Amino acid sequence: MGLVGESGCGKTTVALSLLKLLPSAGRIRKGRILFNGNDLVKMSDSQIRKIRWKGIAIVFQGAMNALNPVFKISDQITEAIKIHEPSVGRTAARERVETLLEMVGIDSGRADNYPHEFSGGMRQRALIAMALAANPEVLVADEPGTALDVVVQAQILKLLRELKDKLNLSMVFISHDLSIVAETCEKLAIMYAGQVIEYGDTKSIFSKPLHPYTQGLLGAFPSIKGERKKLVSIPGQPPDLLNPPVGCRFNPRCPYVMDICKSVDPKLLPVDETNHLAHCHLYPQE
Amino acid sequence: MKFKLPSRKKHSATDQNGGPMALTPAQKDLSQIPSEYQDALIGVIGLKKYFPVRQGFLSTIVSGQTQFVKAVDDVSFFVRKGEVFGLAGESGSGKSTTGRLLLRLTDITDGRVFFKGRDIAKLSPRQLKPLRKEMQIIFQDPYESLDPRMTIKEIVAEPLRIQGIAKSEAEILERVKQILSEVEVVPPEEFLQRFPHELSGGQRQRVAVARAFVVNPEFVVADEPVSMLDVSIRAEVLNSMLELVQKRQVSFIYITHDLALAKHVCDRLAIMYLGKIVEMGPTDQVIMNPLHPYTQALIAAVPVPDPDYRRGNLPISGEIPSPLNPPQACRFHTRCPYAFSECTTLEPPLVEAEPGHWVACHMVHK
Repeated sequence: MGLVGESGCGKTTVALSLLKLLPSAGRIRKGRILFNGNDLVKMSDSQIRKIRWKGIAIVFQGAMNALNPVFKISDQITEAIKIHEPSVGRTAARERVETLLEMVGIDSGRADNYPHEFSGGMRQRALIAMALAANPEVLVADEPGTALDVVVQAQILKLLRELKDKLNLSMVFISHDLSIVAETCEKLAIMYAGQVIEYGDTKSIFSKPLHPYTQGLLGAFPSIKGERKKLVSIPGQPPDLLNPPVGCRFNPRCPYVMDICKSVDPKLLPVDETNHLAHCHLYPQE
Repeated sequence: MKFKLPSRKKHSATDQNGGPMALTPAQKDLSQIPSEYQDALIGVIGLKKYFPVRQGFLSTIVSGQTQFVKAVDDVSFFVRKGEVFGLAGESGSGKSTTGRLLLRLTDITDGRVFFKGRDIAKLSPRQLKPLRKEMQIIFQDPYESLDPRMTIKEIVAEPLRIQGIAKSEAEILERVKQILSEVEVVPPEEFLQRFPHELSGGQRQRVAVARAFVVNPEFVVADEPVSMLDVSIRAEVLNSMLELVQKRQVSFIYITHDLALAKHVCDRLAIMYLGKIVEMGPTDQVIMNPLHPYTQALIAAVPVPDPDYRRGNLPISGEIPSPLNPPQACRFHTRCPYAFSECTTLEPPLVEAEPGHWVACHMVHK
């Protein structure tokens, strides 16, 4: 599952809500998050703590800043294990750290290094190892390759794909880069200004994008394969979320804007018999 | 690799006249330099930039050596008039340093930079100043490259004032408005008195483009100009920048890590790795028929926005080594899947594999 959108569209907020990690000023106002049938929104802090990491774990963006610089890598991963499974003994935890590191492609002999002794790619790998510390069922990866060079980024993405198959994980993959999600995700949700505006199979979204925003996004993306062409872009700016446009939030930038778009916010509804949903007045709203 | 120097004092003295890493006799003689380098708008020959590494006082005395980061090491290329030349590579490959050296924003350790046939590598700041209006740069981050306390009008007018180009305030205002509308910051009147924080990222970068182009330069370096912008506005800023380049026949150096974007923008492309150019040629040839194993790996690493496309395995592993201590001989041999004995002993020269397509690899030479 992939979550795509530009900066400020709410992707990371969704990810943090999944773990109820929102900053104290933010609260989940409405809605439910169902995890294995239980609603996370209604859970108390102590209940959530049981789900965090064991049920849902997160790989944060910015590998450079997500690790504590004054603790050894092994200690940081051990901490993650101990908090969620206090019964694990010291030697068992140590063994688990070493297997985890081997699993993400780091030599276990380097477990006692500090983060600054690791390269960017290795730090990202260490973060993935940490996320897997308590055997989660769902892994949320928030822009896992963004701060890395292309070659390293490709290695990390490959690793995530392999881990997903090996450990049978469900993965929520957050990115602003359509080309990355194209090869990683099976399902996609495109977000714009805090709303999901299109949802469906990756293949059907790429072959038949329904929402004008998705169409624009695909046109703005250069591909290394194929002809050299002029890139098309979406005119205007992403809206200010303090004061979003009335009606459909995309209407000031939409090439097909109609009168109804300026007053009524459309619903996210299935467009054809497949599970392809769009949030747009161009398609029947019934 | 360490470079032995007698003392620090001498280092700065020799830097001025050739330095310890002097040019080969052939390069000193102007007649030996290929004419295309001198005829092109910008010709770069044997460009080097070594940053000395600050060490403890004691270790300097004990070892008597200064270590260098060879950020740019013997790079040669030329850019014709009206051509878009791309410099691509991972971070730490020296592409940004190269861009800054061409404008003399950083002192050159060694090498020659010909601008319209004149060697500007050794010019003093005073001699350089009149040339500054002919060469400009656009930086990566429009949040940092614009002075937050200046209005848009002052930002764009500053180069005109410094160079003394416009004679009157009215003319300055006229030119600022003109260039702002060309980069589609419209209507310009509405933006003149605003401050950078009132603008969006895309608008800021347009202002940075306007500032570079307001003095009608013949040569512009753009260092990752759109990498900070969101995809949906990126294409628009890029297109209006390239329109200006085309309209004014500017020679343009586009520095990027994004090969997919470089493919759409550049006429010719050079791939850099640890301070050296490993491959250079017309963009289509470099992308479609990459000869160097590093270029092949870079291209394989670029994700393709097509869910049906399955890319093959990455041919290389590991990360870019530290430029403080780069591998000997061919710098890529530690990660190269095809490395053989010669690669560890002999540095491959950049040779022309097919017309206009240059590559530095022992495999190709065979």
